[in-house]
Amino acid sequence: MASATEPAVELTGLGRAYGERTALEGVTLSLAAGATLAVFGANGAGKSTLLRILATLLRPHSGRARVLGADLPEGGWSVRGRVGLLAHDPLLYRELSAQENLVFHARLHGVEAARVPALLEQVGMLGRAREPVRTLSRGMAQRVAICRAVLHAPELLLLDEPLANLDPGAAAAVAPLIGRKAGPARVVISHDVEHGLAEADLVLGLRGGRPALLAPAGEVSAADVRALYA
Amino acid sequence: MALVRKDLALELRTKEAVPAMFLFSVSTFVLFRFGLDRTTLEGDLASGVLWVTLLFAAVLGMNRLFVAEREEGGFDAFLLAPVDRTSLFVAKAAVLFGFLVAVELAAVPVFALLLLGPSPVGALPELLAVLVLADLGIAIVGTLVGALAVQTRARDLIVPLLALPLVTPVVIAAGQATAPLLAEAGAAALPGRWLGVLGLYDLVFGLLALAVFDFLLED
Amino acid sequence: MFGRGLKTLSIASLLLICGAFALVAFYAPNDADQGFVQKIFYLHVPLAIVALGGFVAGGVYAIRYLRSRDRADDLRSYVAIHLSLILGLAVLATGSIWAKASWGAWWVWDEPTLVSFLIVFLLFACYQPLRFSIEDPERQARYAAVFAIIGGAFVPLNFLAVRLADSLIHPRVLSTTGGSMPGEMRITFLVSVVAMIVLFVTLWKYELTSKHAGMQLRALKRRLGGEDAVGPLSRTAPNQV
Repeated sequence: MASATEPAVELTGLGRAYGERTALEGVTLSLAAGATLAVFGANGAGKSTLLRILATLLRPHSGRARVLGADLPEGGWSVRGRVGLLAHDPLLYRELSAQENLVFHARLHGVEAARVPALLEQVGMLGRAREPVRTLSRGMAQRVAICRAVLHAPELLLLDEPLANLDPGAAAAVAPLIGRKAGPARVVISHDVEHGLAEADLVLGLRGGRPALLAPAGEVSAADVRALYA
Repeated sequence: MALVRKDLALELRTKEAVPAMFLFSVSTFVLFRFGLDRTTLEGDLASGVLWVTLLFAAVLGMNRLFVAEREEGGFDAFLLAPVDRTSLFVAKAAVLFGFLVAVELAAVPVFALLLLGPSPVGALPELLAVLVLADLGIAIVGTLVGALAVQTRARDLIVPLLALPLVTPVVIAAGQATAPLLAEAGAAALPGRWLGVLGLYDLVFGLLALAVFDFLLED
Repeated sequence: MFGRGLKTLSIASLLLICGAFALVAFYAPNDADQGFVQKIFYLHVPLAIVALGGFVAGGVYAIRYLRSRDRADDLRSYVAIHLSLILGLAVLATGSIWAKASWGAWWVWDEPTLVSFLIVFLLFACYQPLRFSIEDPERQARYAAVFAIIGGAFVPLNFLAVRLADSLIHPRVLSTTGGSMPGEMRITFLVSVVAMIVLFVTLWKYELTSKHAGMQLRALKRRLGGEDAVGPLSRTAPNQV
C-alpha cells in the first residue's frame, strides 16, 4: 500500500515502442497522491500508451514506472485492483445489462456488489439498468463505464476523455465520482484545453511520444497547450 | 467463479454457440447416413463418425469462445482485475467443456437413433468415461488455440487449422476406445490403455496450458 | 553474433554428406525385398529424425525466449522450425517415393510414422501464417513461442498415439529387416543421421547469420536515412532483433 505521502505516480525516462516506431520516450514526472495530471497532445502522440502502461496493461520498454508504490511490471499484480481505467472502449459486455456488467466487475474485483444500484442511481442510469448495454446510447454507456471504473474505489483514476459524449447534466452528475474533488489521484487525457487546465495540478504535453511540455498547471497557459497541436 | 457465470449468462442470452454446435452435429449425422449409404453403423465406423462429428462441432465452439472478449476490445476488463491470469484459462476451458457436454447430451442420443445399429445403453458408463476424458482434452486445447487466435487476423481459419492436428491424438484414442463399445455383437470391454492415453494427453496439455497461458495475455 | 564456426561446420557437413553418400552407394547392402530403392531409407529416416528434432528444438528455444526475452532466441526458434518444415517436405516426398517403389502407392496410411509425421507437419505448417498474421512484433514473437512450445510437446504425444493405434492393426510395412539392422546398415545409417544433423545445424546457422545481417542493415539504413529510408518489412522473417 502506498503511504499518504508517497507519490501516486513516479516515472523516470519511461519509454515504449511499437515495433520500430517509438510510441513513448523519456517521460519523467512525479504525481502526488490525490493530485491531477492533465495529458495533452495530438492524436498518436502517445497519450493512450501512457495511460495503458499506468494501468498495467502494457509493460514499459525502457525507463522506470512506479505506480502507487509498486514498480512496474513486476509489481503489477499489487497495483491492479487499485487503479480504475476509463478508456475509449467502455469495456462492457454488450449483451448483458448494465446491472449485470457491474455486478460481474464487482465480483472480479472482489468488492461487494451492493454498491452497484447506488452508483447507477448517482449517474442517473438506474432506470435503464436492466437493459442490454447495446441498447444504450454512447453517453449512457459512458456513464455506466464510469461506474465500472470507480466501483472498486481505486486510488488512481486513469481517464481518457471522460466527458466525451456526456451532456452537461451528466457531466455534473459524474463529477463527484471522477472529478478533481473525488479523492483519488487522477491522470486525465482531455482535448478540452480550458477545462483540462482548470482541473489539473500538473500538465504534461506530448508530441510524437516525447514530453514537449511539463509544468505545474499554474504556470501553463492555454496557448502553450494549443501549441502542442500545431 | 464469476467468469464462468458471466459466460454462461452470455450464452443463455445469445444462444450462439451451443445450438449451432448441436444443429451442426445433427446435420452431419444425417449427411453421413446418406453419404455412407447405410442405415446402421457399428464398431469402428460408428466410433469414427461420432468422434469426427463431435470434433468439428467442438471447433465451432472454440471459435465462439472468445467472441465476447474480442468484441469488447480484448481482455482489458479482465486484465485490470486483481485476479490470476490462469483463472481466465480455467474458466474458459470449463465453459467449453460445458458446451461440449451439453451438446453431447443431446447429440449422442440422436446419433444412436439415427445411425447406430446396436444399442449403446449397455456400455453407457464406459462411454461416459471416454466422453469426459476426451472432452477435457478438447476443451483444454480448444481454449489455448482460441486464445492464440484472438489476436490474429485470420482467426476463424486459424482455429481449425491449429486445433485439428493438435486434437488428433484425442480422436485416435477416443475412437479406439469407443469402437468396441459400439460393436455389433454387444459391447466389449473397454481397452484401458486408451483411457490412459487420453488421461496422459489431458495431463500434459493441461499443465502446458497453465504454464503458457499467461504469456498470451500479457503485453 | 551467430556466425561462429560457420566455416568449420560447412566443411564438416560437406565431408559427412559425401561420406554418407559413399557409404550408402557402395557399402550398405542391397535389401533383399526392396532392392536398391530401399536405400532411400538412409535419406528419409535421418531427414525425419532431424526434422522432428528441429521442431522440438524450436520449442526449447521458444521456452528460452519466454524467459530471457532475448530476440536472438526467438530467431533461433523461428529458423529451427522453418528449416524443419522444409526438411519435412523432403520427408514426405521421400516417404512417398519409397512407398511407391515398394508398395505401388504414393501414400500408405498404414505406416504410422508417416501418418503421425504428416499430422505434425500440418500443425507446424500453420506456424508461419500464424506468426505473420500478428502485427505487433513483440506479441508476434510471444505468440509464436507459445505455439512452438505447444507443438514441441505435441510431437511425442502424437507419435505415441498413432504408434499405439497402428500396432494393433497392421504390422509395420516399411520397416527394415524387422527392427535390428546388420552391422553395415547400422553404420551407414548412423553416419547418415550424423551428417543430417550437422547439415541442419550448418544451414540453421547460415540462416540465422543472414537474417541477423539483414536486420543490422535495416537498422543502419534507418539511422543514416531516417524512417523513410527503410522500406516496409518483408513478410518472410520475424522482424527486429
